[in-house]
This record gives sequence, structure tokens and C-alpha cells, in this order.
Amino acid sequence: MLKRLRESKSMQGTFLALPTTLWMFVLLIIPLILTLIVSFGKRSPDGNVIYTFSFDNYARLIGISHTCADGSATCFDPLYINILWRSLTLAFNTTVVVILMAYPLSYFIARAKPAQRNIYLFMVLIPLWTNFVIRVYAWMMLLRKEGAINIIIGWVASLLHLPFTPLEMLYTPGAVLVGMVYEFLPFMILPIYTSLEKIDGSLYEAAADLGANAVRTFLRVTLPLSMPGVVAGTILVFVPVMGTFVVSDLLGGKQVILVGNLIQRQFLDARDPAFGSAASLILMVMTLIVTYFYTRKFGFGEEIVAA
Amino acid sequence: MNPHRRSPWVVAASILVYFFLYAPIVILILYSFNASKTNIKFEGFITEYSDRVQMQGSAVVASPCGPFHWYCDLTKNSNVMGATKNTLTIAVVATIVATIIGTMAALALQRYDFKIKPFSQLALYIPIVIPEIVMGIGILSLFSQAFGWINDAFHLTGNARLALGIGTVTVSHIAFMIPFVTLVVQARLQGFDKSFEEAAMDLGANEWITFWRVTFPTILPGILSGALLAFTLSLDDFVITFFTNGPGSTTLPIYVYGLLRRIISPQVNALSTVWILIVFTAVMILQWIQSRESKTVKA
Repeated sequence: MLKRLRESKSMQGTFLALPTTLWMFVLLIIPLILTLIVSFGKRSPDGNVIYTFSFDNYARLIGISHTCADGSATCFDPLYINILWRSLTLAFNTTVVVILMAYPLSYFIARAKPAQRNIYLFMVLIPLWTNFVIRVYAWMMLLRKEGAINIIIGWVASLLHLPFTPLEMLYTPGAVLVGMVYEFLPFMILPIYTSLEKIDGSLYEAAADLGANAVRTFLRVTLPLSMPGVVAGTILVFVPVMGTFVVSDLLGGKQVILVGNLIQRQFLDARDPAFGSAASLILMVMTLIVTYFYTRKFGFGEEIVAA
Repeated sequence: MNPHRRSPWVVAASILVYFFLYAPIVILILYSFNASKTNIKFEGFITEYSDRVQMQGSAVVASPCGPFHWYCDLTKNSNVMGATKNTLTIAVVATIVATIIGTMAALALQRYDFKIKPFSQLALYIPIVIPEIVMGIGILSLFSQAFGWINDAFHLTGNARLALGIGTVTVSHIAFMIPFVTLVVQARLQGFDKSFEEAAMDLGANEWITFWRVTFPTILPGILSGALLAFTLSLDDFVITFFTNGPGSTTLPIYVYGLLRRIISPQVNALSTVWILIVFTAVMILQWIQSRESKTVKA
């Protein structure tokens, strides 16, 4: 056995990769299969799962309801469709805002002198490594009725002798958007920077020599060459926004319920793991479809590793 | 044409984005010195604080720690101390395991061809493209099912019953750390000049000695930055921990989340500030290792 191990390259490789492969199999693949099995089940009265094979949970998610106001057996209830749609649009909006904010900064860092680049990048990393929950808390402090933003607006208003009533910003969809943008902005900056930094400076010179102005150079040289970074960043932002429940829970209150909140409640408060599993599979399929078509269209390379 | 020339619009936009990134953190730290116990308004830096929750009106009490009152308060809070201990225990144990087996996998994927290679590679990429909550509830289902069966099959009772706790959190953390360790070490192995290994073999070293004397020291910076990345990911993790922790295994992010849903005290700000300082130090070390690494690559 040992002799064979020493001689066979293939066995050595298997041996080295085995612990990781087993670990990922038990804690990633099996849980996904289990989630699929549970999603066809039903809720037992004590909040456990009865294993059956029914599509009821999926039917409920796409709006087929059996508890109707008019007393009929089935009716259409858009509650869960709305939640899925809200998550999708929020993830889309967050990604767009994040790209618009991350691009100029990444460009700024990539064109800085090499010695300064690390410092600027480091300044992006510090907020990233401040704990996720703590970052949401910081926005709770800013957006509250008595929070810093209202204090500053009130102060400006009093200087201008304008009447001012504090704005209600916390527990609104806007607060959730701001929170999501803040949480995931660094995940866009790093990959865009990586692809911008790789662009050979002589390309800019060539474009200038050929008479292209700054706008044209940007549109024809910089932007196309940085697309792999934008794509990688989009995946790193879009996927977690789709599934996060902390931001919407703390900044949206009961106003903004996303698919993440829906899943979390099925496992903790509502005690319907079967329905929660179905919702989480729908979430997974939605993100996989979006990332699949997106990467097939644009492709992404090593930029995803940069973050 | 100066390659470092940037339009004033780009500079202005960048300054605004940096402001957006840092303003919340500055406010957060500022409020950790707040004299108000309820932390709703900033009532000046603390030297003495009005204890208006217990006493109507404003009984002014001098703080023994001066402006650092809330930081002193932290050390007296046994929940915070317990959560800190849990967080660090989980992060240290999970980092060690994930670094060792993740590095082994990186070597295998980079250097060897074997049957299950495509499967291993796929399993390492999945966590990047599926939302963490999907992984979290999947693992929760696995543990509750498996523990249920085992407890029933062996008639385990009382403390012997398997339940969610520090062990389940650690095992789950290892699962989401491994892909990151493997990716970082693999990147380091890609830039590795194989002729050094060949030279060692030519000089009569066997594979084992070659690995420990040549390969390992060269990829060590990659292993260290992978380990540090894994460590910070563990400290930062909320979602996976949320679904896999049990009584007595609360970590700091879970504890803070629990607090935020009920009360807000400057203590949370003090805790956050300490946290930021610790992570700042960790990232500094990581940067230092990486800058040393890039210097050796150039040399």
C-alpha cells in the first residue's frame, strides 16, 4: 500500500485532496441534497419535517394559495412572488449603484503611482474587515431620527433659518439599499482595480496618438478591458445581496422582507423547514441562472480571486 | 502624456466614495465615548454620565475610567467575554484545520492528476456562486437530521446527546474557509519555479526532503496569507454561525445582532471599536506579509 502510494502520482493526488473533498462533500453537497429532499416534505404540527413527495411548497411560492379570503379552494396570492421580485430588483439596483461608485475609485487607485496604490487599497480593505453586523449598526446610528444625518441637516437648516422636521430614514427600502451598497462596495472595487491595473499604459498612448480623446479612449480601451473585473465584482455583490437577511432585518424592520428573511423565519420563528428549503432552492436557482448567463456573456478570469 | 494623470472628476468621486466608506465608522467610534446611556443622542464625551435609566431626572455619576467608561464596562460583561472566547476558539481551531487540508488540496490540484479532481474543483467553487444562507440552512438540516438519528439510535440522553454548539460551528467554518485557503495557496504555487525542486532532486534529496526544504518555505507566505484570510473570515462570519450555533456557543457577531434587536448601548460601540482595532492590526500583518512576499518574488 505504502509502496504503491510512493509510486503512483494519481494516488498521491487523491490522498492529498481527500480530506478537503470529503469535507466539502459532507458539509456542502450532502446539505444541498438534503435541502432538496426536505423541500418536497411537509410541516408536522411540532415544526419538524414529514417526508413526502409533494410540490406544495413550490406551488405556494409561485402564488397558489389554499387559504383564500373568498372561501374557494385555490386562489392566487402574490405574497411570495413579490418577495422574490423585491430581492431580485434590490440585488440589481445595489449592483448598479455599487458599479457606479466603485469604478471611479478603482480607476483612481489603478492610475496612482505604484507606491501609493497599496495604501489606497488598504484604505478600502479596512471597512471591509470591520464586522458585517457592526457595519449595519453604524448605519442604524446614522439613519435614525435622532441620528447623525438628521443632526447635520437640522443644523444646516437652522443656519439658513429653514423649518426642519427630522426625516424618517431608518426602516425604509432606501435604508436597505444604502446598507447593501455599503456592505458590498469593496467586493466590487477590488476586482475592477485588478483588471484596470493590468492594462498596459502604452495602450493609452496608442489611443492618444491615433487621435482619440479621453472619452473615446475610455469607451474603446479602458471599459472593454476592465469588463472581466466588473463581471467578477457583480457576482461577488449580486449573489450575497440576494441571500442576506441581516441588512434588511436591521435597517428595513418589518417594511422590507427579502427572500433571506423569509427563509430565516421558516427555520426559526415559523418552524416550517420544508417551505424554507423550497424557498432557499428557488433562491439558489435564481442566482445560478443570473450568474450563468452573465458569465457566459462576458466571462470572468482570475479577478474573482482578487477579492 | 503622464500615465498617472486623473481627471478632477475621478478624484472628486473617489474622495466622496472614501468619505462614504469611512463616515459611518468614524461616527461609530465617536459614539463609543458618548455620555448618554441610551446612546440616542451624542451628549458629549464621557467624564461623568447621567444614570437616567435607573433614576428619574439626571443623577450624575462620575465614571472611574473617564472617557473610556464603556470600554471598562465591556470587561465586566460576562456575555461579551464568553462570546469573545468562543469567537477566538472557533477561529483558531478552524483556521488550523482549514489551512492544513486546504494547502494539501491546493498541492493536489496544482501538481497532480487524479480521478476525483474535477469533482474536488467543482466543490471548491460552489460556495462562491451560492448565497451563504443556502449553505447555512443546508448544514442546519444535516446536523439536526444526523443528530436526531444518532441520539435515537444510541439512546443518548442528557449531556451525552449531540446538539448544536461550538463543535458544529467550527466544523462549518472549516467548510467555508477551505476554498479560500486553496485558492490563495494555488495562486502562490502557480508562480513557483519548478527548477528549484528539480535541482534539489538532482542533488540527491528525496521528495519528502525536497518538499520541506524547498517547496514549503517558498509557498509559506501564501499559506500564511491564506490562513490569515481564513481567520478574518471566521471572525466576520454571521450567517453560517447563525444557523449552526447552539446554547453556549454564541459568537460576538451573533451577540451584537441579538443586542441590536433590543437595546442600543454605547457598549456596543466600544465593542465595535475594539473589534475594528484588532482587525486593523490583523490586516496590517497580512499586508506586511504580502509586501515581503512580492519583494522576494522580485529578488
